[in-house]
Amino acid sequence: MSETVILSMKGISKAFGGLKALMDVSFDVFQGEIYGIIGPNGSGKTTLINCITGFIKPDKGHVFFRGDEITKWPAYKIAQTGITRTFQIMRPYYSLPAYKNLIIPLWSPRAKKLGGWRGGGRHGDRDTVAVDILEEIGFERDSRVPYKLASTLPTGYQKRLELARCMALRPDVIFCDEVFSGLSMSEIAGMVPLIEKLKMEGVTLIMVEHRLRELFRVADRVMALNFGEKIAEGYYKEVIEDKRVREAYLGSEEV
Amino acid sequence: MKRKERIDRGLKVRTEGHYAISSLEEIGYLVGPRLLLILGVLLLPIILELAPYWKRVVNIMCVYAVLALAFDFLANYVGLVCLGGALFIGVGGYLAAIFNVYLSMPFWLSIPLATISGAFLCTLLILPCLPLRGVYFAIVTLMYPILISRIIEAFNILGGTNGISGVDSLPGEYVEEYTIIIVMLVALFAMRRLVNQDMGLVLRAVKDNDQSVRASGINVTHMKSIAVFIASLMGCFGGAYLAHLYMWAGLSLFALDFSIIPIAAVVMGGGGTLVGAVIGCFILVPLSEFLRFFGTFRIVIYCALLTGFIVFKSEGIMVYATRKYHQFERWVKV
Ligand SMILES: Nc1ncnc2c1ncn2[C@@H]1O[C@H](COP(=O)(O)OP(=O)(O)OP(=O)(O)O)[C@@H](O)[C@H]1O
Ligand SMILES: [Mg+2]
Repeated sequence: MSETVILSMKGISKAFGGLKALMDVSFDVFQGEIYGIIGPNGSGKTTLINCITGFIKPDKGHVFFRGDEITKWPAYKIAQTGITRTFQIMRPYYSLPAYKNLIIPLWSPRAKKLGGWRGGGRHGDRDTVAVDILEEIGFERDSRVPYKLASTLPTGYQKRLELARCMALRPDVIFCDEVFSGLSMSEIAGMVPLIEKLKMEGVTLIMVEHRLRELFRVADRVMALNFGEKIAEGYYKEVIEDKRVREAYLGSEEV
Repeated sequence: MKRKERIDRGLKVRTEGHYAISSLEEIGYLVGPRLLLILGVLLLPIILELAPYWKRVVNIMCVYAVLALAFDFLANYVGLVCLGGALFIGVGGYLAAIFNVYLSMPFWLSIPLATISGAFLCTLLILPCLPLRGVYFAIVTLMYPILISRIIEAFNILGGTNGISGVDSLPGEYVEEYTIIIVMLVALFAMRRLVNQDMGLVLRAVKDNDQSVRASGINVTHMKSIAVFIASLMGCFGGAYLAHLYMWAGLSLFALDFSIIPIAAVVMGGGGTLVGAVIGCFILVPLSEFLRFFGTFRIVIYCALLTGFIVFKSEGIMVYATRKYHQFERWVKV
């Protein structure tokens, strides 16, 4: 982890009608770190990701990526500069086999420009590259799993597929919206090394999580949101000791 | 002792999408239906020497088949329910007539030119509607032909209600027939290829989940407009061809039949199969011609048949037939 700021958010606000989903949220993310975002249900975590990645336009505020302003860029353009995301409500391309799901990011201008994936070589055929990525993320190459229709995969595999879709783009930043939720302990244990590996490769990860214990194992720093406001930020011990965070989570047995 | 065996079993086990072929019988099993369709269609004009009236019907049937292919492609592979058939036909037809009559281009120039420029024009018209979803998109694409034909009528341009007559006919019956038959077959097999290629997969992904496609760095509007362009190319060719076939371009080229019959054909043939779109037209168009005999009552029969189809065989002929075909059984000694 370096001290270079890769993403910088300044005063992001968003209201849906009268509901203020985000109020003046500012934070910086350093190159190569794992940055956690926590907060009770409806505190605006997903909305924050949507605002940064261009899926909804913030009412106010600015987003800088490596010093350049990317506020209100269309989502596909933000993805092309290297900021991608998973979706909380994941929906793979159901009508395609799992490995064909990765053809879409591999076909994007960014993946074309950066060349294939390590395994497949620069001119590797996209199908091969796709199976390589799936293998890397834990689909057994010799089984039939990578070739099954995405709609028939169990949740654990669909979550991995969602992450694989991001990896295929060879991103600089990945926003993970609750990749651990809905997974069993053993499935999470399988995901954690993947996250750590991505970090080793220099990818910056921003993880929204409700599974605090698992998040704190990997995250370098954590921010807490409540009712659209940033209430704490820092090393996870400081954040969970924070009075306001404890109040926000009061009644939740996890802390 | 004997037991039943499914012919395709060996093939299915060995392959997943790619066919590993090991015997003549298996080649026949895979290629047979395709060959039958191609040869059957190619032989139609020769067979119909016996019934010349039906030759016209075959030509029109093929035009509808091309439209139905375009509809099936947009609806089931890209997720755009586009009722633009009449728009494509009308724009292609009028442009061909303009090029041929007003600018005196020969047919071999006016048809391709009308196809390409028409496709650009239609795509441009549809472009602003691309962010619309589902039924809203369908309605707007349905309004365009009505809008354009009213404009032609009101301002009395392009021949007004009389249309543009004096369009060159195609040289010879066989040219007439084989032009559209070959274009239809090429469109069918090109489409089947396209939807399984990487670009086709991206289009299918847009249908499944456009948010994820955006998050993968792909401009969804751009992809949709490419798809609409491909569909308009097919439709505008049909229109340009019809103008030369009828030697006339008039308001009836904007008739809603061109938007509606392809949908009925796709429903009947089986959505998302592409071949089904063609087969649906091959049944519906001759049928409606045959029913002319019953006068206005034909609509009743037509509707009853379609309703029956939707209620009892909603999967469509092709899906049903494919399943049955793959379940062919034979007796083997054990
Ligand atoms: N498109 C929208 N229109 C209207 N209100 C919305 C919209 N999206 C989110 N909201 C509201 O904004 C608030 C924040 O929602 P958001 O999804 O960002 O919460 P979250 O922190 O991700 O919650 P969760 O932990 O349940 O995923 C909620 O009250 C939600 O109802
Ligand atoms: Mg959320």
